[in-house]
Order: sequence, then structure tokens, then C-alpha cells
Amino acid sequence: MPEPIRRLESKTVVLPIDNIDTDQIIPARFLTVTTRQGLGPRLFADWRYDAEGRPRPEFALNRPQAAGAQVLVAGHNFGCGSSREHAPWALADAGFKAVVATSFADIFRGNALKNGLLPVQVDQKTHGKLLAAPGALVVIDVEAQTIALGSHSAPFPLAPFARYCLLQGVDELQFLLSQEPAIAAYEARHAGEV
Amino acid sequence: MSAKPLTLFEKLWDAHIVKPATAETPATLYVDLHLVHEVTSPQAFSVLRERGCKVRRPERTKATMDHAIPTLPSNGGGPFAAVTAEALAQIGELERNCREFGIELYPPGHERQGIVHVIAPELGLSRPGMTIVCGDSHTSTHGALGALAFGIGTSQVAHVLASQCLLLERPKTLAIDVGGRVPAGVTAKDLVLGLIARLGTGCGTGHAAEFRGEAIRALSMEERMTVCNMAVEMGARAGMVAPDEATYQYLAGRPFSPKGAAWDAALARWRKLPSDEGAVFDREESFDAGSLAPMISYGTSPGMAIPIDHAVPDPGSDASLQKALGYMGLVPGERLLGRAIDVVFIGSCTNSRISDLRLAARVFAGRRVPSSLKVLVVPGSRQVKRQAEAEGLDRIFREAGAEWRDPGCSMCLAMNGDRLEPGQYAVATSNRNFEGRQGSGGRTFLASPATAAAAAVSGRITDPRELL
Ligand code: SF4
Repeated sequence: MPEPIRRLESKTVVLPIDNIDTDQIIPARFLTVTTRQGLGPRLFADWRYDAEGRPRPEFALNRPQAAGAQVLVAGHNFGCGSSREHAPWALADAGFKAVVATSFADIFRGNALKNGLLPVQVDQKTHGKLLAAPGALVVIDVEAQTIALGSHSAPFPLAPFARYCLLQGVDELQFLLSQEPAIAAYEARHAGEV
Repeated sequence: MSAKPLTLFEKLWDAHIVKPATAETPATLYVDLHLVHEVTSPQAFSVLRERGCKVRRPERTKATMDHAIPTLPSNGGGPFAAVTAEALAQIGELERNCREFGIELYPPGHERQGIVHVIAPELGLSRPGMTIVCGDSHTSTHGALGALAFGIGTSQVAHVLASQCLLLERPKTLAIDVGGRVPAGVTAKDLVLGLIARLGTGCGTGHAAEFRGEAIRALSMEERMTVCNMAVEMGARAGMVAPDEATYQYLAGRPFSPKGAAWDAALARWRKLPSDEGAVFDREESFDAGSLAPMISYGTSPGMAIPIDHAVPDPGSDASLQKALGYMGLVPGERLLGRAIDVVFIGSCTNSRISDLRLAARVFAGRRVPSSLKVLVVPGSRQVKRQAEAEGLDRIFREAGAEWRDPGCSMCLAMNGDRLEPGQYAVATSNRNFEGRQGSGGRTFLASPATAAAAAVSGRITDPRELL
């Protein structure tokens, strides 16, 4: 059962790159796992570590200021590419609770929400302010669907059901299973079709 | 009163609604076919066990192994032979899960095994009017048959296993009209790379795209699969082509295709699927196929592609493009033609079907791969492999100096040990040129099978029209 999320207050870490794909978030060679946990150290592996596995000091997540940040700010079309849910698993395992971008790839957005990781889609102006202030403190209010940076506040979209699930910690599978009569009726109506 | 004209997508969506959306909840959509592979399913089966759920419709679920398996023929050896113990454990886990939950599985060596998006159409599992999902983004491929097909995450894999349904927000509709005729020497891969370069990698976000128009109608079924395969590379939730005579001919007689009276009934239903005259899409784009040339990617996103004889563009102040060129080791204004490469990969769910291999073989025939080059030809399925061998294509590849592999994803995502070394350049027929996609530090030029074969026999990026 996911933990409910209402409000999040954290400093940011900024990766100002567009089209960050799921192969960057978690390279395919780490997908042989059979559990959801433990992928955090592999997050952005090819950007974070050199060929010998040493952290690259210049990479944003490796800077001392990044420690403890729960909000990642990135460029547009974040999470494009493969459908691997290992991407939000890795982000969540590394301690992130939200990603802020000007747009998200569809599958990533859905995967993130199912793992209590908030995809916060903001306008260009808000995005510009966040990029200009790496490490700044932001407040994300799920109930109000707003993100605030200092005195600047901006709304972000969230489908009503996704919002409900986040706020209540509701699990979609349970919701689906409760529709058994409707599913059985659908199957009866379509029996014999190929 | 005449009914409102509907798009292909709307007809499929409406026909699969178990429970319509409300102001607070998304729609519940029924899934006709669920395809499962080893990499994105273990955690989903764990959820079933934790909840004490069964697989609701095992007969609507089929599993294959493709992503992490070795593609060296079992009697082979060589530098890339091994997969990790963890990968082996994952493969074993799928076997155990399929046995326990009663799902038909096509493991390596099975005559139906192959890349999930290659086998389902060739077995007749994917058919017009169906909803098809898989824990893999390139599930959009099956839309070529007039199905609504899209990739899902592992949580959703668990949802479908347990309930045969998904909770979904309805995507918007996008029509992509492709006029003209693809010129000689230009392929469906060039068409879709050209489309993505023009429309952008985010143009389809939130949309189900229908490819239509004269150029699409003229494509074979396998070519339509190549186009729909890469719909996800333009961000589309699904790519679709309305079924027509080519679709029905392709499906007739396939193992899972309906037979006899059931076929006639299905055909009657399928003929009603194409978008109605006057149906309105949320958005429309158009594109001219007549002016296309062979395309090649130069950057680290599939939209960063140019006609093969053009120069690498100037990124200006675009930081992402600057970063991409830096990674690729390219300078603005440089021409790619003639650039030396290290590896050629012909395979993946985009371009590993029999027509792709025939096209590549035409270029290979009577030519030799330079000894400095590594060339992998990886058929998409056991069936494709058998067919290619019956036609003698494997001999052409091997005599030219290419490796003829067993079916699997192989160097498309470099999970199984088939990978580029840091800094190496590859021309690949796959669908993603992301940083490190084909191995950490590896650099990918995406292209068609003809262009990849031309690069293989010359060791350099070469215009395939000179060799066809
Ligand atoms: S061939 Fe590549 S893109 Fe296709 S399913 Fe396999 S890994 Fe994914």
C-alpha cells in the first residue's frame, strides 16, 4: 500500500537537460533485478560514475549540496523511452519524491504516480526560476496542486483519480478488483468474439 | 439521425470500455491480449503472490523471452557469450511464474520464441480491433494491424494479470497524414525517422496516433510495423494503421488467426473499423513522403536525424543538442557520409523481420565486411530465422563476414552482453540512440537495414542507394 502524500518541502537538485530518457535514469544492464528495491545507487549510473565506478564530482547529484534533496528539476519530455518502471523505482529508492519538468512522457508519468513519485509539470516561467535557483527550497502541495518557490507559486496538473490515490494512499489494483462484476459482465457480452 | 463519425481509435476505445470514466475516476478498459517478457514482469507476479491473486485470463496472456537472453547460437562461444547470474535468475523466474500461473511461454529454442513485437503479429495473436498491452514501450508496433496497442509499466502488468483490465485516461487523437510515395531506395524506417525529425519526440505525447494517407496504404504490413514501432519515439501512446486488404491477407492462415466461419465473422467486424469519413481528430499533421531520402540519426534522441547526405546541424544555444553532439563526438557542419564506424547491428523489433533481412541481404550479396568491423545480424524470431535460412540469407550474411545470431533483443538495449565498448560507433537498425543505450559510452547512428548493410560492407557511413 503506498504512503499518502499531501505536502512536500525540500531543496531541489537541477539537471537542466531535455529528453532525459529512462536509459539514462536506469541503464538496461541493471534491469535484471526481480525486486523493486535497491536501484537507488544505480540511478543515472552512466552520468554519475566514471568507467571505474568512481563518482564524477561535477555531476549535479554528486555535489555535497544535493544530499537529501527530494525534488529533481529536469528539462522537457522527462522519462521518454522505455516503459521500465525501474526508472521511478530508482528515483524513489534514491530518495526523490517529485520530479519537476515542463513535460513528461506518458508512460513515465503513470509509472511515477503508481510509486508515490510526483510528476510536477510546470510552465516555462516557473521552470526558468527553478533552473536559476538550484538547491532552492520548494513547497509542493498535492491537495492544492501547487508548487511554490519563495513568493512564486504555480499550479500543476494532476488527474482527479491520481490526486485521490496520492492523498489517500489508495492502491489502484484494489480499486480494479472491486469492479469484478462489471468485468465479468463485459466478458459475458463479448464471449465468442475473436 | 446519422451516427457521429468516429475515428479508428474511438471505435476501439468505446468497444473495450468495462466502466466509463467519471469526473473522479478513469475509465476501465478491457485488455484482449497481454504479452509478457522476462524483464518487466517479475515484480508484477510478486504482487499477485502478495495479494493471493490468480491470472484472470491465462489464455489471453502469452510470454516470451527476448530482452536478456544470449543470442549466440548455443554451440557458439566468443567474447559476448555470457549473461550474468542475475539475468539467468530472472529468466528462471519467468519460467516459474508461467508454470505456476498457467501461462503459455516461448523460451529460447522454442519454435515460436522471438522478440515479443515480432512474434505476436507473425503468430496471428495481434489482430484488428484488439486491445494489446505489454510491459514494453514498443507495443505500439501491433497498432500496424489496426489494434490499440501500447506499453505499460510493471504495476499495470500486475493490474492486467489480475483483472484483465487497466484504469486509463483517454488519450487524444492525432492523425498523421503521409502523402506521396516513398522513393526507391528509401524505406519505412527512413519514413518514420523523417517524421520524428520533423514533428519532434514530444509531438505525440498524450495522443494515440493514426498513420494514414497514400504512402501508408502502400506500405507492406511489416513496413507498417516499423512505422508504428517508432510511434512511441514521437511520444505517442499508441500508433495505428487502419486495417485493409493487406492486413487481412497478412493474417489469413496464421496459427492464432480465426478459421472458417469465425474468420468470416471477424472479417466483417474488422471492415467496420477504419475511421469514418468526416471523423474529427483532436489534431492533424501532414507529411510528404515523396521528398524523403535515406535518414540517419546524428544525436542521442531519435528526433535528431538528417537525410544521410546532409551536414550535422548547428546546435546554436540548444544545450541538449550541444550535449548530444559532444557525446557523439561530432562537430556542426560535418558530413556523416564516409565516417568510419566499428559495429553494425541489424535487428530489433523495428527491423528484424524477413523483409528487413531480405533488404539487407541484397546489399551484402557478393560483398565483404572489412575485418576491422563487427557485424551482428539478429533475426527477430525463430520463425524469421528459419525462413531466412530457407532462402539462403544466412549464407549471404556469413559469407560476407557478419555474425548470424539467434533471435532476441541483443544489442538494441545491450542487456545480454551484446554491446558496444565505450567510444565505439555503430550503425543500428534499432529504435533508440540514447546515450549508452547500446553499451556505456557507445555511440549509435540509427538507420534502415539498407543503410546499415551499406555501412557493414564499406566500414563507413554510406548512401545505400549506391549499393542497391
Ligand atoms: S528489440 Fe529493443 S526496443 Fe524492441 S522490445 Fe527488444 S529491447 Fe525493446
